Amino acid sequence: MKRQQFDSLTLPYLLIAPQLAIIFIFFVWPAAQAVYQSFMLEDPFGLASQFVGFDNFTEVVSNEHYARSALFTAIFSGLVAFLSMAIALLLAVKADGILHGQSAYKIMLTWVYAVAPAVAGMMGVFLFDRSIGPLNHLFNATGWPFNPQLDVFDASVTVILVSVWKQISVNFIYFLAGLQSIPRAVREAALIDCRNGFRRFWTVTLPLLAPTGFFVLVINITYAFFETFGVIDTMTRGAPGGGTATLVYKVYQDGFLGADIGGSSAQSVILMILVLGLTIVQFRVLEKRIHY
Amino acid sequence: MKATKTIFAAAAGLAMLGAGAANAATEITFWHAMGGGLGETVNTIAKDFNASQSEYKLTPIYKGGYEETMTAGIAAFRAGEAPNIIQIFDAGSATIINAKGAVYPVASLLNENGVPFHAEDYISGVRNFYADSKGDMIGMPFNSSTPVLYYNKDALAKAGVQPPKTWEEFEEIAPKLKKAGYIALSQSHTPWIFSENFHSRHNIPLANDNNGFDGVATKINYNNEHMRMHFSKAREWQQAGLFGYYGSKWGDNQKPFIDQEVAMWLGSSGSFGGLKKSAKFSFGTTNLPYWNSITKGEEYTTFIGGAALFAFSGKEKAQNEGVAKFFQFLTKPETQFFWHKETGYVPITNAAYKLAQETGYYNDEPDAEVGIQQLNQKAAANNKGYRLGYYVQIREVMTREYDQVFAGTKSVDDAFAAIEDGANKLLARFAKTVQ
Repeated sequence: MKRQQFDSLTLPYLLIAPQLAIIFIFFVWPAAQAVYQSFMLEDPFGLASQFVGFDNFTEVVSNEHYARSALFTAIFSGLVAFLSMAIALLLAVKADGILHGQSAYKIMLTWVYAVAPAVAGMMGVFLFDRSIGPLNHLFNATGWPFNPQLDVFDASVTVILVSVWKQISVNFIYFLAGLQSIPRAVREAALIDCRNGFRRFWTVTLPLLAPTGFFVLVINITYAFFETFGVIDTMTRGAPGGGTATLVYKVYQDGFLGADIGGSSAQSVILMILVLGLTIVQFRVLEKRIHY
Repeated sequence: MKATKTIFAAAAGLAMLGAGAANAATEITFWHAMGGGLGETVNTIAKDFNASQSEYKLTPIYKGGYEETMTAGIAAFRAGEAPNIIQIFDAGSATIINAKGAVYPVASLLNENGVPFHAEDYISGVRNFYADSKGDMIGMPFNSSTPVLYYNKDALAKAGVQPPKTWEEFEEIAPKLKKAGYIALSQSHTPWIFSENFHSRHNIPLANDNNGFDGVATKINYNNEHMRMHFSKAREWQQAGLFGYYGSKWGDNQKPFIDQEVAMWLGSSGSFGGLKKSAKFSFGTTNLPYWNSITKGEEYTTFIGGAALFAFSGKEKAQNEGVAKFFQFLTKPETQFFWHKETGYVPITNAAYKLAQETGYYNDEPDAEVGIQQLNQKAAANNKGYRLGYYVQIREVMTREYDQVFAGTKSVDDAFAAIEDGANKLLARFAKTVQ
């Protein structure tokens, strides 16, 4: 194979310069600012600023509520990612098996993708409202004293349900595409070898779907961490008792509402390290087990 | 979306007005947090101001809730793009007043730009809240309100009771209201009504250093016996079905009152206008109850809540003159009376209050006078206000703990210990940023 080579050394750099500039302006520079601010303590208006070393970090980490928020984030993200992937996979497998009117099902299952998180949150507000919410009434009718205004567990249920609902459609699209890219010959061969549908799915379809599944897992963890902000802000604002405040929501509360830039920068740096670590683990450990 | 529409309409209106006037009009921007009907009233005032003269053109811009508006102002200041005027709420006053050099104190602004300023013109309650320790006003009080008690007249008649003056009286009538089929009480802002104003109403110090006026306060006083007593009582009332706690959102606690599930509601004097539109029953207004056992018969005034207007420094002289002229227009008795009537916020000058009395407004609407009467009650050492840094987060800590008290997952003692600890840490942190 012939290697393509540029004649001049500057041209390739010029060609990738726009992309690099975008990465620098929108990713590297703000991240660097956050790292810088996390070591500083300054008044909200930025009139006086001082270097405080790791003080911001120790204050954040030693805060009891921060630990609770981290625990909630872990449980919340795990559940949202797991449930939305599991349900989407089930729906995708079922939709894939339908012969007539498949596109109608596909459209109905994917349109939710167009709903913004904040809009999904507003729908959740109405559905779970104390006086007019049908789901609130339904839960109470089953004998569950459902009260998301006061009960942390109930409030968590509401934000998890809405976040999962919102994400299912995205996962559904990827899983369906993944299923449809499995060669017909392989499927037919499997059909002959094994009559048990569940086993066939487990031993043939799922491994072939693994690359898609891995990609979906990565975007779901990111979704649960960051994009659910809109759902939480419209539905609970971290209440009751700060029980539904994720780490990202706390960054917003302390930095944007409370004007503590140093403290919230330290929180975002911790979050950055956390997500970076999580992604590395995902790529190092999980990717090795997946065969493309 | 209604608010956005209003702004566009107002902007269009202003543009048309401006077209007639010369292009030379000095532009003044005003960022505020008044949505819905309140925003429309702000736009009317701006329109009237622009029509009253041709030298300046004021553009009001709605920036979202109180917190969002403050954050937007801070970000704009840091980027060198600050508006001329910004509305900052009570809890954010320490943040902006301690930012020396960011704000042009309103007293100096008026005096240096040809508008005479006399602190005595303002009602006593508003004079101090946004002033420095020497009494010089830094912010111009704008939408001033105070917590009051609204009661459903039919519900109270059904139970055969009178609205309570004190919490002792409340304890007597609440079971009767329950018997009549109502939850006796709900309230919409636990930090503001049950905490800050609890201290003013009973003249209890809220923080050290004269509640933060004489320095940068570092010790909160919320963990005191009176507060613990009041919250223990409130929790008992809640368990007995006499008090409803519907989470920490304002509207969620007001709604049961509008739906006539709850007989009495503690809200803002500024809620009056909105309540008149949404309540399908006749309601009355009276003062915030107090514990006779604490004040020994005295009735102290409450804090002025709401928000004030601050002028950013570093602006052109011509713009500052425009701001001064606008403040002069805003504090005119006629403007204040209009604002008071439309919104229910209290008039901030003595002259405006007098005008409202003379026009006979309070004969038709006696409820509208309750807020200002309460603000004119006995003032003592701890009623002029509080000035605490990172107070927005301190309120967040309080809300978090109160939620847990009323969910029954934390004891009152533990909650107040956590509030004291959390608040003191935040105050210490803020003190470091100032020094």
